[in-house]
Amino acid sequence: MYQGLLAETVTITGDHDDEIGAYLARPLGPGPFPGVLVIHHAPGWDGGSKEIARRFAAEGYVAICPNLYHRFGPDLAPDDAAAAARANGWITTDQFLGDAAGAVRFLRGMPVSNGKVGTIGYCSGGRQSFLCACELPVDAAVDCYGAFVINTPPPELPYKMEPIIDRAPKISCPILGLFGVEDKNPAPEEVAKIDAELTRLGKEYEFHSFENAGHGFFAVDRPMYRVEAAVEGWKLILGFYGRTLR
Amino acid sequence: MCSYVVEKAVLTGCAKAAGTWRPITDAVVAVDHPSHATLDHALIVDFVNAGRPMSERVALELSVASARDLIAAMQAALAAFDAGA
Repeated sequence: MYQGLLAETVTITGDHDDEIGAYLARPLGPGPFPGVLVIHHAPGWDGGSKEIARRFAAEGYVAICPNLYHRFGPDLAPDDAAAAARANGWITTDQFLGDAAGAVRFLRGMPVSNGKVGTIGYCSGGRQSFLCACELPVDAAVDCYGAFVINTPPPELPYKMEPIIDRAPKISCPILGLFGVEDKNPAPEEVAKIDAELTRLGKEYEFHSFENAGHGFFAVDRPMYRVEAAVEGWKLILGFYGRTLR
Repeated sequence: MCSYVVEKAVLTGCAKAAGTWRPITDAVVAVDHPSHATLDHALIVDFVNAGRPMSERVALELSVASARDLIAAMQAALAAFDAGA
């Protein structure tokens, strides 16, 4: 555990060479340190997401959380930027991947980097972390209850999110999946289907589903928080990154 | 889950926030994780003016149950008005 940390806002080069803001948290010291890309959830580049980045810094990782809603207004408060995202149809998969690739490049370019980078995301970010495992040169990916990986969203949803399981043959790193058995999206049936497909493809992965936990059990500021699942989940994440990134 | 459920309505009227009345042109209605309310999911309504920054929106985050109560109250008020008009 590192007691001394540095956390700040930096500018990174994202999709289409756009400059976007990112929250960077790292341990003090010369390193070398592995990197973690923290993908914020649909409610935006909020305090909870930045708190997760600081937790990783305290655990000895350089963590970066890019503002995926930067283009809606770089100076907007996170909740206002999320409102703009809702009003404008969220962000595209290609734009997300371009910004994520920029964040990975930024981490690897830091003098304290050990060259390895993992990704993690929760809810919508869990799906996007799975996407990173398929499309980007990363060394590990953690998917916390990402939905619509294999299932098709219901037709009444105005946002047409495509399933991404067809990209799974391109997965090039180990994946850790953490889920709640009471979750409705992804429900245990969807998790089981992803599990079966990754087994069929011979990918390196491990899935854990927690009893007495539903969607969002890591979220410390919401009623959905479940202390047993969250504490055990953090142990699994740090163990996984310890094996894959150090 | 992040539901991505979003509906929109074109509005005629105005809304007051921070002591200032402003015209509004649209409502963006979602049922999803709120930003501020201590709820897993909320009915989120952003009253916006399409020509103004999103920071000037008037925002609501209501529990699903209380949102249904609000909708019922609004419908009852409109029904009473229609009956008396």
